[in-house]
Amino acid sequence: MVSAGEDVSAADAPTIVELSPDDVLRARTEAVSAAGIGRKADHLLQVRGLSTHFFTPDGEVQAVDDVSFDVGYGETLGLVGESGCGKSVTALSIARLVPDPPGKIIAGSILFDGIDVLKLSQDDMRKLRGKEIGFIFQDPLTSLNPTLTIGYQIGESIREHMGLSSKAARDRITELLAKVGIPRPADRLNDYPFQFSGGMRQRVMIAIALSCDPKLILADEPTTALDVTIQAQILELIQRLSSEFGTAVLLITHDLGIAAGMCDRVNVMYAGRIVETGKVDELFENPRMPYAWGLLDSLPRIDDVRGDRLRTIEGMPPLLISPPVACRFGPRCACPGHLPRTSEPELTDRGGHGHMARCFATDTGGWIG
Amino acid sequence: MATNTTVVEGKLAKPKAAAGPWREAFGRLIRNKLAIVGLVLVILLLFAGIFGPLIAPWPYQVQDLAAVQANGNRPLPPFSPNHLLGTDQLGRDLLSRLLDGARISVTVAFVVQIVIILIGVPVGAIAGWFGNRTDNFLMRITDVIYAFPDLLFIILLSVAFRETPFGQALDGLFLVFVAIGLVGWVTVARLTRGQMLSLKETEFVEAAKAIGVSDRRIVTRHLLPNGMGPIIVAITLGIPTAILAEATLAYIGIGVQPPRASWGSLIADGQKYIRGEPHLVLFPAIVIALALIGFTFLGDGLRDALDPKLKGKQ
Repeated sequence: MVSAGEDVSAADAPTIVELSPDDVLRARTEAVSAAGIGRKADHLLQVRGLSTHFFTPDGEVQAVDDVSFDVGYGETLGLVGESGCGKSVTALSIARLVPDPPGKIIAGSILFDGIDVLKLSQDDMRKLRGKEIGFIFQDPLTSLNPTLTIGYQIGESIREHMGLSSKAARDRITELLAKVGIPRPADRLNDYPFQFSGGMRQRVMIAIALSCDPKLILADEPTTALDVTIQAQILELIQRLSSEFGTAVLLITHDLGIAAGMCDRVNVMYAGRIVETGKVDELFENPRMPYAWGLLDSLPRIDDVRGDRLRTIEGMPPLLISPPVACRFGPRCACPGHLPRTSEPELTDRGGHGHMARCFATDTGGWIG
Repeated sequence: MATNTTVVEGKLAKPKAAAGPWREAFGRLIRNKLAIVGLVLVILLLFAGIFGPLIAPWPYQVQDLAAVQANGNRPLPPFSPNHLLGTDQLGRDLLSRLLDGARISVTVAFVVQIVIILIGVPVGAIAGWFGNRTDNFLMRITDVIYAFPDLLFIILLSVAFRETPFGQALDGLFLVFVAIGLVGWVTVARLTRGQMLSLKETEFVEAAKAIGVSDRRIVTRHLLPNGMGPIIVAITLGIPTAILAEATLAYIGIGVQPPRASWGSLIADGQKYIRGEPHLVLFPAIVIALALIGFTFLGDGLRDALDPKLKGKQ
């Protein structure tokens, strides 16, 4: 999984040990308790009925509609789904970074470590961002300011939130750079982003996200802009550091392989809603919603016959301006059966263990067993 | 541990000094021949403006009446003894008066641009950052000032405040500078707003918000430095405009009062003798042209240096 490093020469590369999921989980639990992260609530993050709408000239786009989920302390939760299904808007809502106007969180509650995020003042929210909630963005090439040095940008949140002296801040920045596997960290503090490769910049972004020991990291497609080799390194890094620091991660991705490798639990989103949720192995083993089947079936396989077309889910997601009151996936469903036309399926239990799906067909009395 | 690493690895590989974006731009600037010509002219002008009175052969207001009388009450021609560029009809040394005029031009160049920066950049930054109503309000004011005839506004202001201490400051020049600045800031405000609007959508701004950087810091540390290039160019190219505006005003008698003379009023005085003693018009005209060329070349060079993608497109 991990290949020889990009600009990391063999001698400089941090020792990378491949961890089994069990190791990760154990390390994580230990780290959470060792870090003495005070548990002020049952879950680190509790999202209930979150609805974020965008008020555009064409109408009200219901980008996120009645989304509820939890993230445990130290847990890695995946949020998967195709483009435009509301994954990123969910993450932005949690950090209250939805551009307003046109976006607005119109309903729901977000409890972060017992604090109601939506009730915080702008100023208190600013103190939470970066300190308690780190953010890793999709494109490391554009997420760093080209006119400021790497050291300054990592130090920014440290200075903003931790009030360290410049000497202590400098040591901390160097330490962070070393942690994310940047060789000769002390020499690179005064370098500018253009002197770093894409993978290196994403490492810097991770250092920024981790700089104040946040309890939660929102990683919005952290590896989409990177090539596959670097992708593996970055994911391994996020996994290793989050278990080391006991940090919970909300990992947004459209890559099911990544979700399978990284997450403890997964939420599948479709058209602004969560359509299936469960433990990662269980959900991938036994998906209970035709959309999740479709997603899994769309993955290219090594034994695919050459020349065959890749499998897709037919059709397009519905427009989120006044979506139909019916199953939103209905028009694309592979086995629509006798779908009710005027009611929507609810997120209901599928065999316990927190596995839930939003589907008439697999619900009790449905036409799929 | 971190410090140990530094020491050990510092011996292994001596890192090159980090070349920041600004240093890169400077490198491009000094490789540009026209920009160097501009820079030399600007430095000469600055030198003349700052040290002019010290190196001038005569104080600007002293009349060498004996020499003029010896010349039949006519202005001395260039290369006369004691008067390299000749004198005017009152026997005042032209070179000394040009050097004093350089001081006025340098002052106008900078005071006006400072007024423009102090008004234009904050107005543009506030409008662009806050958007919505604030933006609308500030930009409509900008439009009104943009639409108002510049010269008329400056003349009105000069006449209205002529008798006040404000109007008398710096021999009446301060008023002219402020007036030129007050009509000049709109371009910079619009430019700054445009920069803000495009930059505030960038991901590094979102990233900065996501780590809790305050609005003020985002604007001053992230947005302005990134948008500075075009603003610097606009300001550099605004200097010749200001010098020209001052010269124009002086030519029609507004601004500096005798016995001091700016380049514009030297031309106005000299035109009466243009047939017999053209040097009285020619030399001030040449220095005005050189100053304008200097700042224009430098501004063009800065534009190419700060935004290499634009090069050759304009």
